Amino acid sequence: MADHVSKERRRQAIYGWILLSPAAILLTTFAFYPSLATLWSSLFSRETRRRPSEFKGVENYTDLFADPTFWKVITNNLMYAGATVPISIAIALAMALWANSKIPARGFIRTAYFTPTVLPMIAAANLWLFFYTPGLGVLDQIGGLFGLPSVNWLGQPETALWAVIIVTIWKEAGFFMIFYLAALQTIPEDLKEAADIEGCSRWTYTRRIVLPLLMPTTLFIMVNALINSVKLIDHLFILTKGGPNDASKLILYYIWEMAFAFFDAPHAAAMTILVLVVLGVVAGIKFTILDKRTHYQ
Amino acid sequence: MNNVATFVHVDNVAKRWNGQLGVENISLSIPRGAFVALLGPSGCGKSTTLRLLSGLELPDEGQITIDGRDVTKAAPSERNLSMVFQSYALFPHLSVAENVVFGLKVRKVGAAERREKLTRALEITGLLGYEDRKPGELSGGQRQRVALARAIVANQPLCLMDEPLSNLDAKLRASVRKDIKKLQIDLGITVVYVTHDQTEAMSMADMVVLMKDGQIQQTGTPEELYYKPSNTFVAEFVGAPPMALIEGSALPGFGEAARIGLRAENVEVAEAGTGRMTCKVSECEFLGSETFVGLSHPGASGLTVSLPGLRNIPAGEEMEIYFFDKDLHFFDSAGQRLAQQAG
Repeated sequence: MADHVSKERRRQAIYGWILLSPAAILLTTFAFYPSLATLWSSLFSRETRRRPSEFKGVENYTDLFADPTFWKVITNNLMYAGATVPISIAIALAMALWANSKIPARGFIRTAYFTPTVLPMIAAANLWLFFYTPGLGVLDQIGGLFGLPSVNWLGQPETALWAVIIVTIWKEAGFFMIFYLAALQTIPEDLKEAADIEGCSRWTYTRRIVLPLLMPTTLFIMVNALINSVKLIDHLFILTKGGPNDASKLILYYIWEMAFAFFDAPHAAAMTILVLVVLGVVAGIKFTILDKRTHYQ
Repeated sequence: MNNVATFVHVDNVAKRWNGQLGVENISLSIPRGAFVALLGPSGCGKSTTLRLLSGLELPDEGQITIDGRDVTKAAPSERNLSMVFQSYALFPHLSVAENVVFGLKVRKVGAAERREKLTRALEITGLLGYEDRKPGELSGGQRQRVALARAIVANQPLCLMDEPLSNLDAKLRASVRKDIKKLQIDLGITVVYVTHDQTEAMSMADMVVLMKDGQIQQTGTPEELYYKPSNTFVAEFVGAPPMALIEGSALPGFGEAARIGLRAENVEVAEAGTGRMTCKVSECEFLGSETFVGLSHPGASGLTVSLPGLRNIPAGEEMEIYFFDKDLHFFDSAGQRLAQQAG
């Protein structure tokens, strides 16, 4: 009897491992091993024809901390995240609340909001390049009607980062709206009715009932938006190439530049590790502190 | 029409969806402090009627007055009523206490008064000690009581209940039924209660409104519905087992009566040769104290005789039955009750 039970238990364990293995193998090959390899190579100097690579410890990291461009890029990325994450979430929520209410042409509005998501980032950037182009661009054309001077939105350090931020928000908000729409549809209709009978205003209902019930979605979107603010840089290649004078350079773009324009892989590796650490900490906060304070249905 | 005792008055109300029938010609007078059950099969419009009363739907025609005030177009919150939903409509992220006082908070009732009312409502519903639980951590019966507590704490003179017991198991249903009835009497409130379960309606209500296809079939006390069904639909809906209907041709001698109704308790088994009808036994349903014996007869439907104790009569056996003329109900060919006993 005991023999039979232990055999069954072993069978269950094997079954579990078999189910786990495809994901485990793929993740190990393409995520865990490269991460560790990156960590390893970030500790060595660059290999040139004359000098072989040698162990440098944390020197690559101290180099970075001494590099003003690195700090500039970090500041840029913090501003970029600080603007794109809350603003795109707020816009997504507003659009979802509107597109979820009983309005005419609801399907059309939803489609219209979702369209930017369907476009590849490069295409979206080209579109906006047309908007931003001084003189010819739509923005300047409209401004010209009101007698405003021509502005080179992408070409001056004060506005370049913001121009890029706006493109990102425009691109992301529609995508996040879909999650909010889905979440809104899981809220039962009778909660609204119960609130109506109590004389609850629309605003109070939204604030006290809808927003808390959307919290899991908000959290999910927030993490995604944050990750996107680090990993989504396609449009930089089209719009600004990080310029002018690094004004719109984001950290991943700098890593790319370091690795493939300056061929300095060790420093790029060190920067990658720093990004991984920061994102890891954020994910940790999400799974511990924020999850506990969120109501999951 | 609008006498002093009338609390809720519904006058000729109709509601249609895209030209399709919702409810039609609904007229009701509900006295203050009454327990009214809206009864009917699913899709009969009873929930629509309740939602029209609550203001969650607005009527296309007709007028609704509550406490002498015309509320036909008024918002739900302006009607001074509370509502218990079939799904309870509890806010899943709020604790029991927060759910119960939600309405008070919305109406800006002070914290001290809120706490006092909360304690009282939880006491009445037996939920003390559960204040901090979330609805997800409660059993179905407890959730139901939170919904009741929320209605109690609102302290409104009219309470609408939309099938509040349909998600509970049979045993719990019987006990909560008593609790709700007691609560209604203790608080002196008027209750309009939607149900598809005639046992619920008959046992709780002072007044039953039986509906079908968006129309009221009969309004009256449970006794009236049981003893004087106004048409064959009511006859067949009310009572367990429902009233049997016999074709006029199968039981001649009653003039214009197209169909004749007969309740199981009025049927007796007769000695061979002395019965008024000869039937075949079709099935036996044992209920403990009695057994319902279903009978089949070519000119009748739903014939049943109630026999004490356990009986096991093989299907197909012939049985003669006897009954008295005074226990018969007569309906015309349209199914309407004939006022006079025919013949």
